[in-house]
Amino acid sequence: MNNVMDYQAKTLLQRLNWQDWLYALLLMAGAIFAYRKYASYMDIYEVVFLFGAAAVFSYLGWQWKAIGKLVLAVAAVSLFSISLYHGDQARATQTFLLKFLISSQSAIMWMNVMFVLAMVTYWFAMFKRSVFAGNVATALTWSATLMGFVGLMVRWYESYLIAPEVGHIPISNLYEVFILFCLITALLYLHYEKNYNTKQLGGFVLLVINAAVGFILWYTFDRQANNIQPLVPALQSYWMKIHVPANFIGYGSFSLAASVSAAYLLANKGLLASRLPSLEVLDDLIYKSIAVGFAFFTIATILGAIWAAEAWGGYWSWDPKETWALIVWLNYAAWLHLRMVKGLRGPVLAWWALIGLIVTTFAFLGVNMFLSGLHSYGTL
Amino acid sequence: MSSMRFAVSMLSVLGIASIIGTVLKQNEPYSNYIIKFGQFWFSFFETLGLYDVYHSSWFLVILLFLITSCSLCIYRNSPLMIKEWRTFKEQATEKSLNAFSHQETYAVNALENSNLANTKQQLILFLNAKGFKYKFKTQSDGSELIAAKAGTHQRLGYIFTHSAMVVIFFGGLLDGNLPFKVQELLGLKRIETLDIPESKVPAISRLSVDNPSFRGNMTLPEGTSDNVAFVRVRDGYLVQELPFRIGLKDFRIEHYATGQPKSFESDIVITDPDLKAPLTKTISVNHPLTYKGVAIYQSDFQDGGTKLNFKVWNLLAKDNHPQALDGTIFQKGILGGDAKGEGANVVKVEYNDFRKFNIINLSPDGKGKPHNVGPNITYKLRDAQGQAREYVTYMQPMQIDGKYYFISGMRESVQEDFHYLRIPVDDDLSINGFMNLRATLLDPAKFEEIAHHLAQNVAAKNQGPNDKALPVNQPFENSVVQLLRNFAQGGYNQVAQVIEKNVPEKEREVAAKAYIKMINLAAFEAYNMNLATNKKPLLVNNAETQSLIQDSLNGFSDMFFYGTPYFLQLENFEHKEASGLQLTKSPGEKWVYLGSALLVLGIFSMMYIRERRIWLLLKPASNQVHFSMSSNRKNLDFEQEFSLYREQIRNLIVSK
Ligand code: HEM
Repeated sequence: MNNVMDYQAKTLLQRLNWQDWLYALLLMAGAIFAYRKYASYMDIYEVVFLFGAAAVFSYLGWQWKAIGKLVLAVAAVSLFSISLYHGDQARATQTFLLKFLISSQSAIMWMNVMFVLAMVTYWFAMFKRSVFAGNVATALTWSATLMGFVGLMVRWYESYLIAPEVGHIPISNLYEVFILFCLITALLYLHYEKNYNTKQLGGFVLLVINAAVGFILWYTFDRQANNIQPLVPALQSYWMKIHVPANFIGYGSFSLAASVSAAYLLANKGLLASRLPSLEVLDDLIYKSIAVGFAFFTIATILGAIWAAEAWGGYWSWDPKETWALIVWLNYAAWLHLRMVKGLRGPVLAWWALIGLIVTTFAFLGVNMFLSGLHSYGTL
Repeated sequence: MSSMRFAVSMLSVLGIASIIGTVLKQNEPYSNYIIKFGQFWFSFFETLGLYDVYHSSWFLVILLFLITSCSLCIYRNSPLMIKEWRTFKEQATEKSLNAFSHQETYAVNALENSNLANTKQQLILFLNAKGFKYKFKTQSDGSELIAAKAGTHQRLGYIFTHSAMVVIFFGGLLDGNLPFKVQELLGLKRIETLDIPESKVPAISRLSVDNPSFRGNMTLPEGTSDNVAFVRVRDGYLVQELPFRIGLKDFRIEHYATGQPKSFESDIVITDPDLKAPLTKTISVNHPLTYKGVAIYQSDFQDGGTKLNFKVWNLLAKDNHPQALDGTIFQKGILGGDAKGEGANVVKVEYNDFRKFNIINLSPDGKGKPHNVGPNITYKLRDAQGQAREYVTYMQPMQIDGKYYFISGMRESVQEDFHYLRIPVDDDLSINGFMNLRATLLDPAKFEEIAHHLAQNVAAKNQGPNDKALPVNQPFENSVVQLLRNFAQGGYNQVAQVIEKNVPEKEREVAAKAYIKMINLAAFEAYNMNLATNKKPLLVNNAETQSLIQDSLNGFSDMFFYGTPYFLQLENFEHKEASGLQLTKSPGEKWVYLGSALLVLGIFSMMYIRERRIWLLLKPASNQVHFSMSSNRKNLDFEQEFSLYREQIRNLIVSK
């Protein structure tokens, strides 16, 4: 007989080894360093966010080791990049390493390039059933994510180089949040890729990410949107720092659900069925990502309401962006209920999730393009 | 109504209904809608409440349906959920357990007493290790049932989530306009639609200080104070009285180096008999002040009655002596007419807005950086017939394509874009060069002199330097004078008409070119005549001066389409701003936040706590242990967990 203790699920703390503790310690040290250096510029909320971020990333890194490595790599590369600036923004285009690799702009471009390559490789891996190519694609996606985060971090720093008063977290306009969107969607996908041990969905998810990459490129080259702009007064709030990321975990999850739904619909028709995971797995994935998205989108909307109450004097003003957030939310609430109605599984829900992406995209982008309102988040 | 299908339909209906209000801009002045839709559709849409969808009765009814459905749903399902939350389902019989889709039967070595106790011990340890709670029940046939559960808090999530919706709705209702709607229906309140002084607004359109919930606006010019706010309702408003007085000491806009606004701040003073000393506080966007339950927010700003000094040029008069004019934003003034300001040619000026900073992107492809082009004013000129045109005039010259111009726009109605008059600056960056040229080109007495100069210069060019007296070319000079006369009556447009009338079609293009060249040369002479009079250095003929002349002539010609002879050049201003405050009292806010907290708690419990149940039936009679497992959500996690447990239990209790 076996010992029942072998089956005891270890708690998180029991599972930690010394590397995990070292990792958390490093993050905490970083937070303390930042606090000691910049405390005088922060209000109490920002201090809470700073240490909260250290805690959240420690936890994430403990739960998913790869994230820990990513966090450390982003920190290392970003700090190295920043050290090359010598406090002079002009060096971004003068120093070789900065100009071609890790200035904010170049890092973001590398992110774009690697997302494109990753997509191509994922599709290649699927058609050739190549394990090796699949691994390469995963590595490319991780690298793109690394470069993207480095780009954002360095951009954050660059904004302070323009003028201390201009400095702000780079999630404040459409250009910046599109990058955030790519990164979060990629991370969510990588998480499921590991958990479900499947690389065949990468091509589908990266289609959505690359649509965003296309937008970033157009926005950069046609509109010079990559230029850092100062914050309008309404956006100068600590709420932005959590409202926007929460929103994008929502958007990212919904996009992921839509990509998997596309795969589901193909597999259901017998297309690529032998290469894709089983319908049950796909169905489960769709449900999980919508559940995650719904939870975070709820939080984001509530945070938005609290912020609106503080900035505009009312927690709900039926402004187009708010209203569309509600529509997106209602849509997925309906989806979750539909799933519980007996017999409704499969294609109908997959179609619904796919159409959900259109609704979500409109809330995310269309509102800024076609409707006007209080949200000063930027027009095209 | 408590069915899930109904819930899904209601969620969809609400979503679709919400779209309407985002497509049609809400709460615009009604006149805008009339212009957009025409009278018939305007009234039709008004009946449907489309201009304020989210406060219309039908929208409220949809919300009510959803909430009723939600409440019924809670009412119907809660007892079940609470039962499921608490119960171990130890009443399950062997027969019902055998019907489970997830089950396994293990044969155990003779389950005699000591072994039975041992096996049971192992299973209990196993359940503990997996975090299950359990209960025992001896069956009638002597077998023993262990009924275990984990994650049943998920059921509370259902109650939290759905009650949260009711709580949020309740909070929203407290802050909504339902009480006013009822009073309006009963005829107790009525919105005011006339633009009258606040003190004249009758009691029926006033809300007392006791009103528990409102959202109103207040515009305070610097140095003034007030104790009422205006609540906008449809095409009218209500006056909300406040339990205290708010004064504005100062309003400030700070700017980034690029000119974009960095902060809006108001220094406000609250005076209240309940306060020993007035309360002074600075509010800004994202940093409101709450006093006596009323939250005071910085919402916008406007002009507070800036004082303006103008030079008024009469563009169509042949003199170049501007008149002085003083004005104040939001007030009116008079131009023209006789000494008393009366007569047929009187024009009323309505000073509408002054803006100190204007961030505009002037780069030709729109890709450059926007920058501040300085102050502008917006005003209307209304003639004796009541016809009004709107003007926007910038104080400082603006750089366009590398050259500087004074810019003034005119439009006849709000739907139109402005048509701009561009007046080039002279060497001193002033408007005088153009105004002098304009006056000269309008003055027939000067035409002969211009023509003469022109003829002389042309002749001088054609002749060698050694020739003596220049010949007089009278026919040429006459034609120049004639051309200038036409030009003075309407610029290029007038000249074009003359050509059309007098020149055969085939020759028109050639004629037009010649005329334009001639006008250019004449204007060049005129410009230099003025410079000479003012003892300034003359223009030399080069590309730069040619473009100055060309721009001046374009400006001259456009002047005839400017809609008025009066050009208001802003000389000086004394800036006075007004801060726009939003005041809210919102008793429902706490409820909404409470509901939100419940909602988050509920959603996370529902989705991340997984309810699972295990039954282990120990059957000594047949030496078997029966294992069955269920969950109310059948997804992959459950399948995996079941397979894992099945094997682990086998390893535990089946000896090899
Ligand atoms: C705006 C309104 C509503 C919201 C936001 C909402 C939200 C939710 C959420 C998030 C879930 C969990 C889904 C999951 O775990 O996958 C759920 C489940 C459920 N909802 Fe709603 N719901 C709403 C209205 C209603 C209404 C009107 C009904 C009445 C029929 C209803 C009945 C249910 C039921 C029966 C469940 C399944 C509970 C279970 O088996 O655990 N909901 N709801």
